[in-house]
Amino acid sequence: MATIEVNGKSYETDEEGYLIDLAQWNEEVGAYLATTESVEMTDQHWEVITFLRDYYNEFQIAPAVRVLTKAIGKKLGPEKGTSQYLYDLFPYGPAKQACKIAGLPKPTGCV
Amino acid sequence: MSEGVVKKFMFVNRKSPYGTVYALESLEVVLISAAFDQDVSLVFMDDGVYQLKKGQQTKGIENKNFSPTYRALDGYDIEKLYVEQESLDARGLTEDDLLVDVTVLSKADMGKLMDDMDVVLSF
Amino acid sequence: MLHIVNKSPLERNSLESCLRVAQSGAILLIEDGVLAATRGNAAAATLTEAASRLKIYALAPDLEARGMQDRVLEGVTTVDYGGFVDLVAEHKNCQSWL
Repeated sequence: MATIEVNGKSYETDEEGYLIDLAQWNEEVGAYLATTESVEMTDQHWEVITFLRDYYNEFQIAPAVRVLTKAIGKKLGPEKGTSQYLYDLFPYGPAKQACKIAGLPKPTGCV
Repeated sequence: MSEGVVKKFMFVNRKSPYGTVYALESLEVVLISAAFDQDVSLVFMDDGVYQLKKGQQTKGIENKNFSPTYRALDGYDIEKLYVEQESLDARGLTEDDLLVDVTVLSKADMGKLMDDMDVVLSF
Repeated sequence: MLHIVNKSPLERNSLESCLRVAQSGAILLIEDGVLAATRGNAAAATLTEAASRLKIYALAPDLEARGMQDRVLEGVTTVDYGGFVDLVAEHKNCQSWL
């Protein structure tokens, strides 16, 4: 267990930096988590983060990369539904990095 | 991971959710197995049919409600879900009580389906 | 005496054994045990029959978790965790049919 400080408030994370309570997430926390991953957030990044949070709310899991890619293509357009697009945004793995920034647990079966 | 032989895998779910951890464990293994591009069938019979019951609310027992995750299976290309008719009957349930689309099979057809598998995993 | 049953009647014989010997007092169904108290369950008839000599309770949070709160058998009283504690306190002893 570890804690991070954002705007004077502290949040619990696990030892890999994933937020413990996803209900505590807000954009400032997301932005802070992005800095820990050295990701510079743009609108395209946030679009994926919002998508992931919606997916989690609906299905109660973080999707596997393959599933995320396909679902993003369906929702945001085929040009965004490629692993190239997602890896450009999140070079160390869209599932791992984007899930962390979105305040979600590590994806099941994340490899 | 697409090369290699595709085998027919069946996950047999026979336990109610929450009372034991079998249902959740099975679901996690199923999600992980989806990465291996095999031919996967899920069976829900005996108390396992309760896993798919609509309207689960777990706030009171302070457990995670994992029933919405069954609706994500489609996105994982796991589309073969089978439920035994006799198990529904013994519990006063019908197909309408279930939160995902399934194929309802008689006990005899369920047996035939099992015979046809390469690998069967029991939960 | 308070009898507590936490197993599904269609998976174990805990409820069956309980009903075979219990003559008076109360039964509290919890965890998967609550499934016996739902309409259409194969064990419903035996439970209804037992209700003539035993008071039957079922734990509401466990019914809700299983999406079965709206199909509780007539003659079964639902209780919350506070009610669970009250039942244990009210009875002089308690048997859990694990």
